[in-house]
Amino acid sequence: MTLGQGTEDSLFIDVVFWVIAVSSIVSAIAVVQSKDLFRAAMFLVISFVAVAGLFVLLRAEFLAAVQVLIYVGAISVLILFAVLMTRDVEGGSPSNRQVVPIGILAVLFGAVAIFVSVDTDWNLLETTLSSGTVTPDVADGITGVFSNTVPVVAKLLIRDFVLAFEVASVLLLASIIGALALVREG
Amino acid sequence: MSLENFLIVGAIIFSIGLYGALTKRHAVTVLMCIELMFNAVNITAVALSRYVTPSAVLDGSKGAAEAVLTGQVFAIFIITVAAAEIALGLAIVIAIYRTRETVFVPDANQLRK
Repeated sequence: MTLGQGTEDSLFIDVVFWVIAVSSIVSAIAVVQSKDLFRAAMFLVISFVAVAGLFVLLRAEFLAAVQVLIYVGAISVLILFAVLMTRDVEGGSPSNRQVVPIGILAVLFGAVAIFVSVDTDWNLLETTLSSGTVTPDVADGITGVFSNTVPVVAKLLIRDFVLAFEVASVLLLASIIGALALVREG
Repeated sequence: MSLENFLIVGAIIFSIGLYGALTKRHAVTVLMCIELMFNAVNITAVALSRYVTPSAVLDGSKGAAEAVLTGQVFAIFIITVAAAEIALGLAIVIAIYRTRETVFVPDANQLRK
């Protein structure tokens, strides 16, 4: 049983996934390795757009739009502002003396995470639905959720996670006030 | 294209961000690498919510079908926190640059003296 009339198994979708995945990883490496900070910020934007593409492939269209609006639209502009305002500090982006041990640590962490994600016996949604352990109306509900995710996300945000939703607005207000206070003249 | 592919992409991007955040001396680069790590976590959360059965579905409790999107709601909150973090972080970088004329993390050591 495919979730939400998927074209998931087609070769085209696979090719799209690999293009997006490779470009996001390559631009992430370029962010770390690039000598010019401005160029690093541009590669970061490419990485953000690629992650938005991954969200579309995961049927999270609302999150893809939010990713483009907030990360590509707002955060990257903020980073570019900071890069330009502190531009006269030359020297690119030097590394500290712990490159080798931290590199080994990062590779080890990535290897462990990849091993865990491949080795774990995930309780996959598709096998659950096809094995018939859930009632048919729940199975239909899940298929319907993935055919249009936005109203369900809205319902979850306003109903089940309403406390966290309100706390997030307080957090944003606090960060606005904090940022204004920090950069105020004098 | 399966769950493992997305998790592997997330793990690789997180490792790259971890390496950059711990080795770079420029504060703006450190913040960019932290954003990379946030993105990797978001990919993982959304991929898990797309492919893995939540326990509410197995229990057959009320609203079970909607529980599959909990990961997407988590990703929204992570994006909110990331936005607040980057705004404050860049404000701190600019404040330090104004007073100390430096953007390198090891030079911001007023508290140590």
